Amino acid sequence: MKRWMEYAIAALCGLIFGLGLIVAGMTNPAKVQGFLDLAGDWDPSLAFVMAGAIAVAILPFQSLRRRTQSLCGTPLHLPGQTKAGKTRLIIGSLLFGTGWGIAGFCPGPALVGLASAWLPALLFCAGMFAGFALSGRNTPAATSDDA
Amino acid sequence: MHIVNFTPWSALVGGALIGLAAALLALCLGRVAGISGIAGRLFERGTPDRSWRVAFLLGLCAAPWLLAALGFAFEHPSSTSPGLLLGAGVLVGLGTRLANGCTSGHGVCGLARLSGRSLIAVLSFMSAGFVTVWLLRHVVGA
Repeated sequence: MKRWMEYAIAALCGLIFGLGLIVAGMTNPAKVQGFLDLAGDWDPSLAFVMAGAIAVAILPFQSLRRRTQSLCGTPLHLPGQTKAGKTRLIIGSLLFGTGWGIAGFCPGPALVGLASAWLPALLFCAGMFAGFALSGRNTPAATSDDA
Repeated sequence: MHIVNFTPWSALVGGALIGLAAALLALCLGRVAGISGIAGRLFERGTPDRSWRVAFLLGLCAAPWLLAALGFAFEHPSSTSPGLLLGAGVLVGLGTRLANGCTSGHGVCGLARLSGRSLIAVLSFMSAGFVTVWLLRHVVGA
């Protein structure tokens, strides 16, 4: 496959992904925190976002199990049986969930907000990139990959 | 518990678009649409394939501009203080790289792959999120 086609497909996927986040309301931190606030006024929308995404993605992902390369002939870079420890997985996810609850941003919506030059997203992203850099120093096994 | 601000249809449609993007990226390029991995690995030494990551992120960042050009501007309030935003960002950046994934990589792609590790990740970050918001809104802020 031509290199430019690969990049065009990646860019298109990014665009559709970003539009999806905005349409779903996930770029609004208050809406995300509304989902996480089980004890207060609850907004179940985020669960529907995940359900809608998984419903569309599950058959394509399952169909890839029987393939050794992508439809375009590129190698599959899907996670296999990762040997990385569960402790790291759980501690990392707990840290992530804590930051997610505090700010109402996860990485995708934060980057969309950054692109709109929105100050809260800008501040959050500055911290996030610092966090990315921090993790690199502590993770020699950066090649093992879940997602 | 009261249900408020619930937008099931836009949530489902937006979610379906996210799922479509993840499915296309996996089917066509064999890649997982995990934002923390795509962005985080850009800056790590030894990442051999930066170009498609940059292309994906440019597409992602073009989304709000495309909508703005079509007349759909969106502005949200954020009541979180600057210091907390920075700190939360560090937690999210560090945590998602340690866990190799976030809401997209584990929550959408991982669950669609029926990955047990992703289920563990999702249950962990959801629990932490629920507890954090409960603490902030109903214990500290009460």
